[in-house]
Order: sequence, then C-alpha cells, then structure tokens
Amino acid sequence: MFDSIKVRIKQGKQYIPDVKRAEVNPKFRGFPLLNNKTCTRCDDCTCVCPTGAITAHPLKIDLGKCTFCGDCQRACKSQSIEFTNFHKMAASRRETLIVDHNTDRHLYTLDAVKANHEIKRLFGRSLKLRSVSAGGCNGCELELNACSNVNFDMTRFGIEMVASPRHADGIVITGPVSENMAYALEDTLLAVPNPRLVIAMGTCAISGGVFQDSAAVNRNFFDKYKVDLYIPGCPVHPLTFINGVLRLLGR
Amino acid sequence: MSWAVTSNNQTIDLAAIPVETAAGLRAEIIEQCGRGARPVAFFGQKLSSGVRLFVILADDPRSELVASSAIFAESEKSYPSISSEIPAFHLFEREFFEETGIKPEGHPWLKPVRFSHNRADQSVRMADYPFFKVEGESIHEVAVGPVHAGVIEPGHFRFMCSGEKVHHLEIHLGYQHRGIEPMMADGSIWKKSKLVESITGDSAIANSLAYSSLLETAAGIEVSARATAIRTLALELERVALHMSSLSGLCADVGDLTGNTFFGATRTYVINSLLDICGSRFGYSLIRPGGVNFDIDAALSAKLLKTLEMVRDRVFIIGERTFNMPGVLSRFQHTGIVDFKTAEKINMVGITARASGLKRDIRADHPFGFYRLYPAYKLTLDSGDVFARAYMRYLEATRSLGYLIDLLSGLPPGTQLLAERGSLKPDSMTVSMVEGPRGELVHVMLTGANGEAVRYKLKDPSFNNWFALALAVRGEGVSDFPICNKSFDLSYCGYDL
Repeated sequence: MFDSIKVRIKQGKQYIPDVKRAEVNPKFRGFPLLNNKTCTRCDDCTCVCPTGAITAHPLKIDLGKCTFCGDCQRACKSQSIEFTNFHKMAASRRETLIVDHNTDRHLYTLDAVKANHEIKRLFGRSLKLRSVSAGGCNGCELELNACSNVNFDMTRFGIEMVASPRHADGIVITGPVSENMAYALEDTLLAVPNPRLVIAMGTCAISGGVFQDSAAVNRNFFDKYKVDLYIPGCPVHPLTFINGVLRLLGR
Repeated sequence: MSWAVTSNNQTIDLAAIPVETAAGLRAEIIEQCGRGARPVAFFGQKLSSGVRLFVILADDPRSELVASSAIFAESEKSYPSISSEIPAFHLFEREFFEETGIKPEGHPWLKPVRFSHNRADQSVRMADYPFFKVEGESIHEVAVGPVHAGVIEPGHFRFMCSGEKVHHLEIHLGYQHRGIEPMMADGSIWKKSKLVESITGDSAIANSLAYSSLLETAAGIEVSARATAIRTLALELERVALHMSSLSGLCADVGDLTGNTFFGATRTYVINSLLDICGSRFGYSLIRPGGVNFDIDAALSAKLLKTLEMVRDRVFIIGERTFNMPGVLSRFQHTGIVDFKTAEKINMVGITARASGLKRDIRADHPFGFYRLYPAYKLTLDSGDVFARAYMRYLEATRSLGYLIDLLSGLPPGTQLLAERGSLKPDSMTVSMVEGPRGELVHVMLTGANGEAVRYKLKDPSFNNWFALALAVRGEGVSDFPICNKSFDLSYCGYDL
C-alpha cells in the first residue's frame, strides 16, 4: 500500500485543467496558413504531397486529405505554407475542410461544427461512443484511447468509449475502411440504436488518406451513411477530438 | 555453393542469387535450418511466365543472411511442403500459397493468411474461414470479434473450450488488409515515406527506419552520424512508449488501476518527447530516406534529458511496486507459457521470444544504425509466461531509457541531416532489418532493369508471433486470454498489411 501511495505522490496532478484553452506543443502541425501572394506557383508542394491534399493556383489544402506530414512546407521555397499548432480542426461538413488563404483559423473553428439543438438535447450531458477500427494503423486508435487517460480525461464531460454498440449513441470510425472490414463496420453501426452519430476520425477515415487509391479499400459506407463530424489529423490529437465532439454537443 | 551470402543493409545482384529446383531448394533449406539458420523472408515474385520464389535465412551468430531462389514454371502448381520438416515455415508457406496459388503439398495447416485482395484464388471468402472443429459433449465455442470491446484493431478469435478451459484458439485475421505491398511497388519508391509510416502507426519509426536504410543502401547514400543517432534515439523512444502502453494494458486486465493509470501517464511523457522533436507524438515525418527532417538542438537535448531521467525514475517506482504486488503476480506467473523449444520451433522473434529464453535481437545480431557504434545487449528471461513477457517490457524500457540518456549526453556533432537522393542499383535485392518495439521488421526490395522497385516485401514481427499466442492459451482458462493477449501485444495491421 505504501508503495502505491508513493507512486501516486510522485505522479502529482497531470490532467489538463481546461481542454478548451489548452495549446499543443508549438512544433505540432495543425491548421495550415497559406499565402497566395508569396506563392511562386512552382508546384513543388503538389509534387511532394503523398495524398494530393494540396492544390496550387490558388493554394488550397483539404484537411480531410492532409496527413500533416509537413513535406509541402519543407518543399516550398517561398515559405507560403506554414503549419501552425492550432488544433481545433473538426468540421460538420466535408466541404468545410478545404481551406485556402482566406480562411481564418479562429473563425473557422467557430463555424465549422454545427451544434444541432436535437443532438445537444439528446447527448449534451452523456455521450457513449463505440470505436470501430477499419484498417486503422493503430495511430488514431491509440490517440482515441489517450482521450480517456489522466491527461485529457474526456470522461469528465460525460463522453465515454463503451464496449458494445448496443450501449452506444454513435460510432467513431478510424482507418480507410478495408474491404475485409466493410461488412463488420456497417453491422456495428446498425447495432447502435437510433438516433445515432457517425464520427470519422483521422485522415484515413475522412478520405482514405494514403490508401485512397488502394484496391483493398471499400468506402461505400460513406455513400450510404451521413457523417456527423469529421475530425482531421494523422493521427488526430486528443485535444482535436475532444474539442470537436464538445462543439458538436454545443458545449 | 547454392546460397548467396549477404547481410543486413547490403545490396546484392539478382544474378548472384542461385536458382534451384523446388525440391533442391527444399533440401538446401532443411540442411541450413538444421545448422541453426532461420527464415526471415520467403516470398514469390511474379515473372512474365511463372513465379520466382526467394528465400532468405538468417544466421544470427555470424550476423549473416543467405539467399537463394527457385523458379516455378506456369504449369508447376505445387511442391513438397517445408513446414512438415521445419515448422518455422508454416506461415511463410501459407502466405506464398495465398498469393501465388502454388501449393505446398503436405502442409499441416494450409489456411488463408489475410485474405489479400490480390489473392490467387478469389473464390476463397472471408465468411468461409475453415475453423478447426473440436467436438464432444462438453465442448463449446466462444467467438470474439472482429470488433472488440476496447478501442483496438479488429481480428477474430475463436476458442474451443471444455468448460472454462481452452483446448484450442484459432486466430483469424485479415480485417486490416489495405494492400500495402503492391502499393509500395507502384510509382516512385522514394515517395512512400508516408505509406510506410502508416503500415503500423505504433511502429512508424521502426518501419521508416527499415525503409530508409534500405533505399540508402540500394542507392549508396551515406547518412551522417548525427542523423543516425537521432534515428536511433527515436527508435528507442518508440520502444519505451509501446512497452509502457503494453504494461498499462496488462495492469488494466488484472484490475490494477494504479499500474494502469501511471504506466499510461508515463507513456505520455515519452510520446510528447517525440512531439518535441518532430511535431508528431508517433514520430511521423522524422525519418526520411537520406537522414532526418529535424535536429535536436542543445536546449531541446537538455529538456529531453531532464524528461527522460524523470521518466526512468517513475518507471522504476511503478515497476518495483507492480512486480511486487501479490495480486498482480498471482495472475501473471505461470500463465500462458510458451517454452523455449516451442518458441524456437515456431520461429518467434522480438521481446516475446526473449521472454521465452530465445536470444534474438536484431540490434545485437545484425546491428544497424547507431547500434554498430554503441551496442545494445540482449536480455532474456526463461519462464516464457505472462510474467516474463511483462517483466521483459519493464526491463527493456528501463534499459532503453538508460541508452537514451547516454545517447543524449553525447550526440555526435554535425549539421548535415538529410543527404541527397541517388539512384537505386538495378537488378538487385536489398534487405533491411530493424528491431522494432515488437521484434524484427524485415523489408526486402527487388529492383528492375532501370533501378525501379518491382517488388517490396514486408514482414512484421507479429507475423511470427500471433501463432505463439494461440499456443500460449492452450490449457488456460478463457478469462486468462486478455492478459495473454496483452502480454504479446501484437499488431493486427502489421500482420494484415
């Protein structure tokens, strides 16, 4: 027992008191700032992008395709691309994720997630989610786990990951949806009682990411079911996830 | 001589690799394995007509790899199985069969591996997986997955039980298959860094290190000492992070919340150190062919050193507490035993093999990167149970932290981080092996006449070790499965590719 007490004293307090105001390490690559005025239209950025997320003339980045690898920033000789550590990138609609030089990150965050009155009424104080990894690399899965750890402590908001779809109010999809997992993903969603939420977590889930052209991936699920929240990242930072879900709940 | 001798991070001409008949190659393999060699790669390369089978065996004590091959004509659709003699080949032969349709006759367990999208027999469906059946009055089956109770990757486990006792566990994977191998050989091989990082997110550094070293070897690129040190540092950080995550999970599975919480919390410091270095908690974008994208300046070095010393201190305190708790020990000890003989027979690798007394560690056996200058020593335990696998993680994590602290105290000077690309040697084969957090990762690349990658073969340590989990739970209670599973902590996506 004394050993356990010693461990606890040594650890101290580690939780992030205010996750809404918390900032991520300055080195973190989040919301990109684009500058069309300095862009020389050399197309070096589009050549190095592994997922075709960036388009030039004018510069645009699709946060749903971007893997935040920063290769475009390093390739750009005119410093027209800069990834900031701003992490609140979640959006309700797929189109919103495409950002250009006019997009102001703070305004983006205010508008991107539409909190619907019904969602707030139903799930505002208690949201149970079921995770489905469908071809995920275990990056987003580990970060989703981290949302519930002592640092981020998502459970304090009543948001919890549960063991069964029958206990859940929605699912969180990670991974590009492999052909071999397509059936199980749909089956899991159908086991969640209505009304239910669908959250696409990470670049692979949103657009297929680096696997968008793979013959082993089957993304028909997204033609059939509406996604309520897109959370970009590779992998998604826990603060991006928690803040996105909180906005969806109108909190 | 019917074997071409090579080594880790070396390129050889395809013409130098002998071509045997299937029967001749089989006899050669059995002879080599009788002398202690073990398979690290076994894969087919489709030719304009027929298939060329490449075999690479490792001779660990001599730090050597030997390679040979056999050509199957279009009409040859079978060969006598090697697994019936050397069980270590069982999964390699299954994989070869799934991809090419060439049947190893007499294979004792010829089942699908991952239902790859380009499998030779498209009529094989996932829904028809041929489960082994145990029959009898008291026998019942427990089926779990592919969607599991936690936030975890998908896989299907089916237990054939008599009461509480597991007679047989069948592990059916393939759900995570994303078709990575063909994607690697499609388009410029130099642009695959992001894809390689996505093979297994928790071993992204190990995979990108293997991939980058392979390209550097094949193109004759020299990486600076500083870049090499930073890569090795990142690899050890990744190892500590995954060990912490496994230990945290193991504690959760036996109801030890203090261990669960604080091993998890300690992991956060380790992955945030990676974030400090390269802007990603998983080390994405750090390693690129030619070197690294990010430097560690004096201020960051001092910060990392301080953090890691604190982490080592905490790991020690939590470890000493956890491994002295009777409640934890009674669940861990004598549970899920894989003995030395079994481990060797089925060709286990990595930390779980070392927990069964198998002295295998690529860092020491086939040294790469900074381990050539500053060696890592092998650690082993003998009992092969959940305790050994858990305690190995604790020991290795503290050992790695020591290595990191030493490394940070004397990073080689220099300013060059990223070397220029070159062109790959045409008609050649290059092998690169890295000891990742779970064990050996093997990357093999074959190039064509213009120096383009025509085949890229990947092997994750989990490919060797999933079968060990099935053997570990035999005779155990069903309720011991979670701790057995977590003690191995294998990768689904690394196996499924």
